[in-house]
Amino acid sequence: MKQLNIFIALFRSSMLGYGGGPSTIPLVHKEVVERFKWMTDEEFGDVLAIGNTLPGPINTKMAGYIGFKVGGKIGMINATIATILPTIILMVVLLTTLVTFKDLKWVQGMTKAIVPVVGVMLGVLTWQFIEASVKGLKWPFTIGHILVGIVLMQYFHIHPGFIIGGLLLYAVVKPTKSVEGKKSKGLSA
Amino acid sequence: MVYWNIFWAFFVANILGYGGGPATIPLIQKEVVTRGWLTHQEFNEALAMGNSLPGPIATKMAGYIGFHEGGILGSFLAVFATVAPSLILMLTLMGILYKYRHSIQVKRMTLYVKPTIAVLLGVMAYNSFHDSYFQIGIGQFLFLGVISYILMEKVKLHPAFIVMGALLYGGLNL
Repeated sequence: MKQLNIFIALFRSSMLGYGGGPSTIPLVHKEVVERFKWMTDEEFGDVLAIGNTLPGPINTKMAGYIGFKVGGKIGMINATIATILPTIILMVVLLTTLVTFKDLKWVQGMTKAIVPVVGVMLGVLTWQFIEASVKGLKWPFTIGHILVGIVLMQYFHIHPGFIIGGLLLYAVVKPTKSVEGKKSKGLSA
Repeated sequence: MVYWNIFWAFFVANILGYGGGPATIPLIQKEVVTRGWLTHQEFNEALAMGNSLPGPIATKMAGYIGFHEGGILGSFLAVFATVAPSLILMLTLMGILYKYRHSIQVKRMTLYVKPTIAVLLGVMAYNSFHDSYFQIGIGQFLFLGVISYILMEKVKLHPAFIVMGALLYGGLNL
């Protein structure tokens, strides 16, 4: 029964959530905190904060941890599968069908029409990341970071891994005081 | 060897992606397109389809691309490389991470990589627009781009309907 509930909770939150993992987090919260009461609000917030400090998709980290907490190792596997498997199957079936009919003229028209839509989706996502970084870093820093990033990645063809690695290292070793000063300035502004 | 490459590609993309699944998309694209597993166009199609389906995006992309390259085992490995490392880290380091969850260093980590992720996503958006401009011409491109932007951001229509609408339009008119 417990395992079934774990499956239902995470299946439902995943199937109802659009826009990638982060946008389904409120739905996971609804199931886990409000409906099944496996965690308190505060616990959920803490686990989410911890999940965000680690790389990779957030939704599966949350699902895995919650499943483990409620139902042990089997719960963890169960929760992760409920979160990802149904949509992966849909994805593989739909796309392999599309690829099979690739040479038909109307299918080619369909694939052409999808490109600007993807561009818009990516553009919107870009803007969300810029907004989020402006919140913490302010405009001048954000624009500076972006320009340096463009030059390094597009003109010098440096792998993003090195840039991200460098930034993470900088985040850890940078003295803390100056940031706290900047933070309080940011709040008062 | 194929299987190892699949594992490695998704491991790298996800271990570098801070900020949830969407942040890993450009990193996945870089791995997958440079290795020649999918063209830009194919990757875009998969992304559009993935965005019109519910659930986390990184695992959908991993599941499909893994399947495309290495069948069911490939799909499993790609998803495993996406999910397992960070989940295992989370479960084993919970105690330590819990202690430092409010530390400024930890908060800075996700913040500092955001502009870089924005650049990666922005470049992908630019490439899509660039490709589309040459494929269907400026008129059709602007028409589809503007309409889908309005429906997505102003009308807040479900992305599945926008993707379906675009597919229908393309099937009939392009």
